[in-house]
Amino acid sequence: MASTETENFEVPASLEAEIDELITHYPQKRSASLMILHSLQDHFGWLSKPAVEWTATKLELEPINIYELVTFYPMFRDHKVGKTVIRVCRTLSCAIGGSHKLHGHLCNKLGLDASNKGAQTTEDGKFTIEFAECLAACGTAPVMMCNDDFYENLSPEEAEGIVNKYND
Amino acid sequence: MAEEYRLILKHADESEYTTDIDCYIRHGGYETLKKVLGMSEKETDGKTISPQEQIREEVKQSGLRGRGGAGFSCGLKWSFVDRRSGKPIYLVCNADESEPGTFKDRQIIYKDPHQLIEGMVISAYANDVNLAYIYIRGEFPEGAKILENAIAEAKKMKFLGKNICDTKFNLEIYVHRGAGAYICGEETGLLESLEGKRPYPRIKPPYFPAVLGLYMCPTIVNNVETLCHVKHVMELGAGDYAKLGTPNNTGTRIVSISGHVKNPGYFEIQVGHATIGELINDFAGGLPNGRKLKAIIPGGSSSKVFKAGEKYKLKQKDEEGNDIEKEVDLLDLPYDFDSLMSAGSMSGSGAIIVLDDSTDIVEALGNVSDFYAHESCGQCTPCREGSLWMSKALTRLNSGGGRKEDADYILKIADNIPGGKTICAFGEACSWPVQSFITKFKDEFEAKGAQAEAAREAQLEQTSK
Repeated sequence: MASTETENFEVPASLEAEIDELITHYPQKRSASLMILHSLQDHFGWLSKPAVEWTATKLELEPINIYELVTFYPMFRDHKVGKTVIRVCRTLSCAIGGSHKLHGHLCNKLGLDASNKGAQTTEDGKFTIEFAECLAACGTAPVMMCNDDFYENLSPEEAEGIVNKYND
Repeated sequence: MAEEYRLILKHADESEYTTDIDCYIRHGGYETLKKVLGMSEKETDGKTISPQEQIREEVKQSGLRGRGGAGFSCGLKWSFVDRRSGKPIYLVCNADESEPGTFKDRQIIYKDPHQLIEGMVISAYANDVNLAYIYIRGEFPEGAKILENAIAEAKKMKFLGKNICDTKFNLEIYVHRGAGAYICGEETGLLESLEGKRPYPRIKPPYFPAVLGLYMCPTIVNNVETLCHVKHVMELGAGDYAKLGTPNNTGTRIVSISGHVKNPGYFEIQVGHATIGELINDFAGGLPNGRKLKAIIPGGSSSKVFKAGEKYKLKQKDEEGNDIEKEVDLLDLPYDFDSLMSAGSMSGSGAIIVLDDSTDIVEALGNVSDFYAHESCGQCTPCREGSLWMSKALTRLNSGGGRKEDADYILKIADNIPGGKTICAFGEACSWPVQSFITKFKDEFEAKGAQAEAAREAQLEQTSK
């Protein structure tokens, strides 16, 4: 795994109950893997090696069957990220609408490298910012997401104001 | 002047319209489902036609074409389903909405989820489906919650679950979230993802979803908007539904318009009743002041680009019904499936991206190519290597390191990806924009390369002095 950090990995009973319920949605257990990974990532912030192994055991699969999903799907993370993940859309309509300026402005304000298009995390671990591919809201470009929250029609200053709200 | 015709989005933007089931029912919701479930067998020419067969025939007769991208006949797609295998038949709603430029399904999911549920229950009933999934893109977390809530409400009111509306029909619908991969919009990639695997598209033949789909069972995969249309086909009847739009391009469709326009947004029109020019100028407010049109991406970023000023020869019927060829300007192209295909591109997912004369066309293509390079699933060599290669060459061209011959060089790569060399149509999707952009704007690509070469030569001269 990308991170060598091993922490106490314990799935709370309520979360496990939710996950057990999710598995009943499918005639084949394996189908539940993406939904389980979403649940675990929502809870723990990222998908550690124990999380992958736990999921594999739960679904009676090999860990590689789960790890290959974590490495393929862009939304899953095999490493720790900031408490708030900012995803700025970079695809054509948002690029036309000024998403590069928006991304650059936020990077500068967060003390990160504006020319880096990949994921970057602030030293205090509060924020991770990255470019994302099309978020399907091209008519209100530029757009971004802060964790699960979606924001559209943003000026760099408006985006900064929104990001500040997550600063606690 | 062309006008919007709101069938799917009839209520979505009304200020008092909410996503809860009470609101939907107050606006006549689930009445069509009740009507459909009340249909009885019919005797025609001595044959007994089941209600299910009648619905499927109605959908076929309506001329409904898929709103996801390919524009394939929905009725025909349903007719391919293997109904004799003895295996369960699955229905999957493709809510992956991932083609850049497209934001129409988002409107339905976030504002009128019950319309989709009703369309799905009707479609499931028509195809003897008892288990259905909505595959929604991971970036719509709130959309997934709205749908889950709508499903719970519908179950409570017996529009879903066991003995729907006190009939013998049972159906469960579950929401399945993707996790940020464009390829999950490809139906067989989607099915792999729904099985909990990497979304590598399956080779066809033999893996046509209608025969060997989810868990190797017959499966129907339909787009969100298409499934909503099924509800309206059954509400209006195939005859009246087909009166909307134009022959072979029936009904309405939601067009997403973005890029260089004053009022970007989504507009529902009768298919073919508005031209591209009307959509851009009348609906989307036209280009920003003082700007001129440069290019139009007509059907999502994978569709071939149209260049301002182009003219196309369209086959039409004259008043006496004879086939004639008519020359049509780009802005006068009717926005429908067939006209755009005749003009060499496609209406795809119904997403127009407008580029004005301030656009650096090489950068625009670079942006699109970066997308496809990022999203290739990596299964087939031509696509995995080619999409990245094109994106790298364009990045080099855009960052001052290009050559004049790069235009032909990139074009050569693009020409070697599509045409049956890859398992799925992503090969086409990543090369069509490259082929069309470079062919139509070759001078700009060559100029950028030549400029970089001249700059390097000048620098070399400077340093050798």
